Amino acid sequence: MTPKTSAHTYSIHASYQQRPLQLSVLHPPPRLSLREGTSTEFLNCVTLAFDTPSARAVVFGVNIGGHLFVEGLLFVVILFLLSRKSYKPPKRPLTKKEIDELCDEWVPEPLIPAITEEMKYQPPVLQSAAGPHTIINGKEVVNFASANYLGFVGHEKLLESCTKSVEKYGVGSCGPRAFYGTIDVHLDCEARIAKFLGTSDSVLYSYGLSTMFSIIPAFSKKGDIIVADEGVHWGIQNGLQLSRSTIVYYKHNDMESLRSILEKVTHKNERAKKLRRYIVAEAVYQNSGQIAPLDEIVRLKEKYRFRLILDESNSFGVLGSCGRGLTEHCSVPIEKVDIVAAAMGNALAAEGGFCTGSARVVDHQRLSSSGYLFSASLPPYLASAAIAAVDVLEDNLDLITKLKKNVATLHNGLSDVRGLEIMSDQQSPIVFLRLRNSTGSVKGDLQILENIADRVLKEDSIFCVTSKRSTIDKCNLASGIRLFVSAAHTEPDLVKAYESFKRVTPLVLEGQ
Amino acid sequence: MITIPYLTALTTYFSYGLLFVFGQLRDFFRKIIDCWSRSSLQGYAPICLGLEDFYVRRLYLRIQDCFNRPISSPPDAWIDVVERVSKDNNKTLLRTKNISRCLNIGSYNYLGFAAADEYCTSRVIESMKRFSPSTCSTRVDGGTTILHTELEQRVASFVGKSAAVVFGMGYATNSAVLPALIGKGGLIISDSLNHNSIVNGARGTGATVRVFQNNTPSHLEKVLREQIADGQPRTHRPWKKIIVLVEGIYSMEGEICKLPEIVAICKKYKAYVYLDEAHSIGAIGKTGRGVCELLGVDTADVDVMMGTFTKSFGSCGGYIAGSEELIQYLKYTCPAHLYATSVSPPAAQQIISSIKVILGEDGSNRGAQKLARIRENSNFFRSELKKMGFEVLGGNDSPVMPIMLYNPSKIPAFSRECLKRNVAVVTVAFPATPLLLARARICISAAHTREDLVKALEVISSVGDLVGIKYFPAEPDKQQLEDGRVKME
Repeated sequence: MTPKTSAHTYSIHASYQQRPLQLSVLHPPPRLSLREGTSTEFLNCVTLAFDTPSARAVVFGVNIGGHLFVEGLLFVVILFLLSRKSYKPPKRPLTKKEIDELCDEWVPEPLIPAITEEMKYQPPVLQSAAGPHTIINGKEVVNFASANYLGFVGHEKLLESCTKSVEKYGVGSCGPRAFYGTIDVHLDCEARIAKFLGTSDSVLYSYGLSTMFSIIPAFSKKGDIIVADEGVHWGIQNGLQLSRSTIVYYKHNDMESLRSILEKVTHKNERAKKLRRYIVAEAVYQNSGQIAPLDEIVRLKEKYRFRLILDESNSFGVLGSCGRGLTEHCSVPIEKVDIVAAAMGNALAAEGGFCTGSARVVDHQRLSSSGYLFSASLPPYLASAAIAAVDVLEDNLDLITKLKKNVATLHNGLSDVRGLEIMSDQQSPIVFLRLRNSTGSVKGDLQILENIADRVLKEDSIFCVTSKRSTIDKCNLASGIRLFVSAAHTEPDLVKAYESFKRVTPLVLEGQ
Repeated sequence: MITIPYLTALTTYFSYGLLFVFGQLRDFFRKIIDCWSRSSLQGYAPICLGLEDFYVRRLYLRIQDCFNRPISSPPDAWIDVVERVSKDNNKTLLRTKNISRCLNIGSYNYLGFAAADEYCTSRVIESMKRFSPSTCSTRVDGGTTILHTELEQRVASFVGKSAAVVFGMGYATNSAVLPALIGKGGLIISDSLNHNSIVNGARGTGATVRVFQNNTPSHLEKVLREQIADGQPRTHRPWKKIIVLVEGIYSMEGEICKLPEIVAICKKYKAYVYLDEAHSIGAIGKTGRGVCELLGVDTADVDVMMGTFTKSFGSCGGYIAGSEELIQYLKYTCPAHLYATSVSPPAAQQIISSIKVILGEDGSNRGAQKLARIRENSNFFRSELKKMGFEVLGGNDSPVMPIMLYNPSKIPAFSRECLKRNVAVVTVAFPATPLLLARARICISAAHTREDLVKALEVISSVGDLVGIKYFPAEPDKQQLEDGRVKME
């Protein structure tokens, strides 16, 4: 618009202004022409311009001024904008063709990684029962690789009772406990174990490994708190994961660490009081051979009001004067430990596992423990074996004294092997040897240890094994050589074993 | 897919509602009474939370005599059920000395190897004497005997794979192998009705789990396409690998897996197939080799074959069969191989011997007879049940046949009445099935004679009339019935 035309327009406006308008009160009409123009005049002109279209419009007796018109216009615009959908980037779902292309493009990883040399490991194959002496490659060897603590492998009484059971009940139970898989020997075995330990009832599991990973999720759910030892075995680790609870680990068998964690978890934490809280520990740690100080744990658990889940797999039938496990060993009444579980594949020379505790604890498991509910029950002959084993143990307490003596002998004999040190407790039936000077890498350590075990087996017919660890195992304790002591080992067996280590270890270490 | 009549759905909901209301009322009074006797649990949260075991206290305990019935014989065609009495309204049950001899149509004794067998038992006892009942050791330590290596070879050649590894428990086979196969960044697509061991195994892997509708290949394909296109949640990176988990026979449905279609889809989308043959191995297929043989699927197309020895072989434990490398890898990583006591040697011998019988290597044709009989028995029993008007699930040839009960009160009624007439049946209810779909489950065995089956049918028919579970007319007119029913998934 040129200045000329605008001047013309304003002069027209001025002519409108000569008519009396109510609105002129609000907006004094510019009497001035553009020639005298200052900025205020210009503004007035603009106002006038807006007033113009509806200058004389009267709606319901109200004069519609320019500003009302503009506001109305704004209102319409807002309404218009509001009526529009909010802005979203245009959603274009993938077309069928695009998905096809993506599917074609996608290259999965292979199901398993490439096979390396170490994966090809073949364990020695036994040609006879895994008793204290066994046959490998046609040669008789002394067996330190089986947790046959009481020497019940091949025990006459067990064999007899198993044979009878197989003849009567067959081998498998062909069903879970709920659906005619409960054979009377299962109930007898549960009662027998409970009676032996002095609890009201117990519950049988068909697999040692599944015992712990079924129990923990049955009692601890999302939100609950579990404080566990960092050295627990995989079965417990898996149970912890499946429970989805809040998990805190304390340093391996370190009571000070446990205390500070319990303090941290409960201190000023009102919410924690309403949650179920558990401590999970092993009596004798499979990964290190150390023994948990139960009296101290019980003291802490009572102070901070936690419940205790104790895995007695390697202590049941071993520790205590009558083989009742760690509770007896530490003279703690079994009622103080809320949940006791153990695998029966060790001292009892059967298979499966059991869990015991108060009646409430046992009954709850029967309906909420997945490994109990959804798995076929223990083959009845193994339940018979467990009953027979407990009977034999109760009648032959000298087995335990013998075992203790053997443990002491081997422990003493191995304590001064050059290059190796004993990690396990003096009374632990697992003697756990690790390198005095680590190479710095887990693999390297394991290789040396394996070489030692190999030579001990080949040259001196002593069969012992390294602690192999799965890649999905989270435990990071040092690996070592494990020797499972049995009451059935003779003095010469033990002497032969530690003499062999004394001879072979320096040779292997120097050969490195 | 089960269709449930409107009226039945209504009455079932009403029954559960009634039970719930009364349960809550009783809980309320219990709370008031308990107020006087404060427990000594100061500072501890209760070990079983109130609502967590409401179902158990107020519903399950009332009918607990229908479950966990102890027997004092092998779980063969006829069993001795130990009678139990209760002195506190079914809260605890005490065993008595009385037994009742019942026809067993509940155990997974598909081929009749549960009881002492002329070929197997003597060998089992011999192995027991030689190898003792347990090795007290894990497979990688001192738990591998020559029996174990023989067993693995036999299993591999029986299922048609190049190698196999065996474990001492079927449940742990699934729950310990899956974490070794897949981890974070992987995807598991699991059938909605897979067994708890698979569910727990998948949960333990750390991989993402998606579910597809039970035995519906089209839905599997949909899920696969979506997931491959979307990639991992949030990061949208492509999945590292995808494993599809299916079962050969779904134990609660009796349905046979649509394996050919599923395998074709997995091949197309490069997903790995993990097949759990817990119920199908030994029980179906011409020579008992399971669902692959029955449906003509090449075993090379199934990447991981899993199965158990509890059912058809009358033993215990489970196996994984696959390529040589897969088994080598599993033997190196699988925790059940590294940390668990190895399969009990007599149980291993039982499996070896029963496989020999199935394949006719014992010098008789008993294996073939057993397989023919279980097929005949299953098909006869299923067709007779259907003729009577029961609502029976599952496909032909499957030895598992659930009969729908629906109403919660019909569960104990059916079970107790059958037991009274000396037939031991299995009833299944929530949480093993959806709330509405309670059922009785019948497992047919090769050990059943025709007379046994006729007796069972007579009893089930009369109890069915009594309890009112013949949801179809005796000679069903299918067309008419399809109308007026709600679709239940």
